[in-house]
Amino acid sequence: MNTVGYKIKKGILYVLLILLGAVCMLPFLLMIVNATRSGSEIVSSFTLIPGSHLKENWETVFDYFNLFRGMWNSLKVGVPATLLTAYFSAMTAYGLAMYRFKGNKVVFGTILVFMMIPGQLSLIGFYNLCTTLHLVNSYVPLILPAIAAPGTVFFLRQYVLASLPPSLIEAARIDGAGELYSFHRIVLPIMSPGIATMAIMAFIGNWNNYLLPMIILNKNDKFTLPVMMASLRASTDINANQGAIYLAVAISIIPILLVFAFFSKYIISSISAGAVKE
Amino acid sequence: MAKTATAARTSKIERYNRMGYVFVAPFVVVFLIFNVYPVLRTLYLSFTNVKLVGTKGSIVWFDNYVRVLTDKFFWNALLNTVKIWGVNIVLQLGLAFLLMMVFSDVKYKMRGLHIFRIVYYLPNLIAATSVAFLFATLLDWRYGTFNQIIYNIYHLFGKSYTPVNWIGDPATAGVTVAVIQSWMWFGNSFIMLMAGVQGISRDYFEAAAIDGAGRWTVFGKITLPLIRPILLYVAITSLIGGLQMFDLPFLMINKTNSAYNSVQTVVMYLYKFGFETGTTQTGYASAVAYVIFLIILTVSVVQLKVFNRKED
Repeated sequence: MNTVGYKIKKGILYVLLILLGAVCMLPFLLMIVNATRSGSEIVSSFTLIPGSHLKENWETVFDYFNLFRGMWNSLKVGVPATLLTAYFSAMTAYGLAMYRFKGNKVVFGTILVFMMIPGQLSLIGFYNLCTTLHLVNSYVPLILPAIAAPGTVFFLRQYVLASLPPSLIEAARIDGAGELYSFHRIVLPIMSPGIATMAIMAFIGNWNNYLLPMIILNKNDKFTLPVMMASLRASTDINANQGAIYLAVAISIIPILLVFAFFSKYIISSISAGAVKE
Repeated sequence: MAKTATAARTSKIERYNRMGYVFVAPFVVVFLIFNVYPVLRTLYLSFTNVKLVGTKGSIVWFDNYVRVLTDKFFWNALLNTVKIWGVNIVLQLGLAFLLMMVFSDVKYKMRGLHIFRIVYYLPNLIAATSVAFLFATLLDWRYGTFNQIIYNIYHLFGKSYTPVNWIGDPATAGVTVAVIQSWMWFGNSFIMLMAGVQGISRDYFEAAAIDGAGRWTVFGKITLPLIRPILLYVAITSLIGGLQMFDLPFLMINKTNSAYNSVQTVVMYLYKFGFETGTTQTGYASAVAYVIFLIILTVSVVQLKVFNRKED
C-alpha cells in the first residue's frame, strides 16, 4: 500500500548493510595503502592513495625476519595436521556410526564432554607431557594430536548417519569386500564433501593458532607465522616505521585470504552446519 | 536348521562389529595421550607446589585453590574478562541478531545474503596476532591513522579534537578490545543464526502469509521460537570463547602500558604463572586453569537452565 515508503526504508537498510561491510573492509584497505607509504608519510597524514615506499618497507621487514619461512613452517605444521584430522576423524566417525561394539557409547560420550572443555585446562599438563617426552621445540606435539579431533569426529558422525545408507556396506560385504577396503573405496568418497568442509576449517584454525605453538616452540627458525608475527613487537626497526608493520601484517594475511577466495562456500557452510547440528 | 543359520548370521555380524575397534583405535590412543592425560595431569599438578615443569614438588592439597580465590589480582583479571566480554557479547550478538532480523524479514525480502555473509565474515579469518598488530598500529595515540581520520572529520566541522589514547588509557582499553573482538566475531554469529532461520520449513512462513500474519507476528511466533536452540548454542559458544580471551589483549597492550591492569584477562593471568619466565609456578597455574574451567562450567549450566525454563 505504501510502496514509496517501503522502497525508501529498504534503500536505507541496504545503505546501512553496505556501511557495515565497509567497516569490515576499511582496516584492510588502510593496511594495504599504508603498506606502500613511508613511516613519516603515515605519521603526518591519512590518505587512500597508495604511496611509493613498498620496496623500502619490504626491506625493513625482511631485514628483521623472513615471513616466508614462517609461512613455510606454518604449512609444515598445518598440512600434515589437517590431513591427519581429516583421515582419522572420518575413520573414527565411521567406526562409531556403523559398528555396534562394547565401549562405543563411552567413546562418544567422552567426545561430547571434551568438546565442552576449554583448551586451557590441558595446556599445562600438555606442556608437562611434551617436556617429559622431549618434544619441546618439535612439530610433533603440534601435528600428532590432530589425529584426535573431537569436534570433527562429532560432525562427521552425524554426516555418516545422514548420508551413508548401511545397505551399501552390506552389499559390499556380500561381494566379499574387506571392511577397510570398503571404507577407503566406498565410504571416503561419499563422505568427501563433509570431510572437505571440516578439513578447511581445521586448516584455518591451525594456521591461525598462536598460544600452543608459542608455548611449544622457542627457536626462531621453528616459529610458525603467528608466533613470528608476535615477535614483531621486539623489533625496533619495524616499530620505528609504521609502513613496515602494515606490510608485515598484509603479507601474513594474504595466504588465508587466498584460501578464502577459493573455499568461501565451504567455510560458510561449515559454520552453518556447526549451528544446525544442535 | 533355521536356528543355526541365525546363529551363524549373528556371529558374522558380531565379527563385523568387532571391526569397529580397528576404526576407533588410533583416535582413542592419541586422545588418551594428548587430551585426557594432560587434563588429569593438570589436575594432579594443581594439588602440588611444583614451581617449574620437570622439577619436584610436594602435595599441598587445596592451598593453590585457596590462593587463587584470595588473590585480588585474579579477581581483577576475572572482572576485566567479564567487563570486556559483556561489552563484546552485547555488540556481537546484538549486531548478529539485528542482521538476522533484517535478512529474515518476510516483508523486505533483502537480497545479497551471500555477498554480505562473506564480507561480514572476513575479519574472522585473520589470525588474532595479525589483527592485534593491525589495530594497535591503526589506533596508535599520536601517529595512528584512526585518530587522523577523526581529526579530519572534526576539522571539517571546525572543531578541535584531543586524540584519544584508545589502547593506552585504562578507561578505554577494555572497550576498544571488546569492539575489535566483536568486529572479528559478529559475522560468525550472524551466519549461525541465519543457518537457523534457513532451517525453518518454508511451510510455516507460507501458512502464516495465508493467515495474514504481520511481519512482527511471524518473527515473534515463528522465527524466534524455532531458532531458540541455535541462539542458545551461539550464546554458550561465545561465552566460552569470551572467557578464554587471550591473543588480542595480550598482544595489543604491553606490560609497561598503564592500561595493562585493566585488560589482563584470566587466561593472561594463567599464562603469567604457567609459562612466563620469572613468574612460573606450575602448580598454582594448574589450579588457576581448573578455577577458570569451573567458572565456565557453572555459567554454561546456568545459561542452559535459564533458556530451558523459558521454553516451558
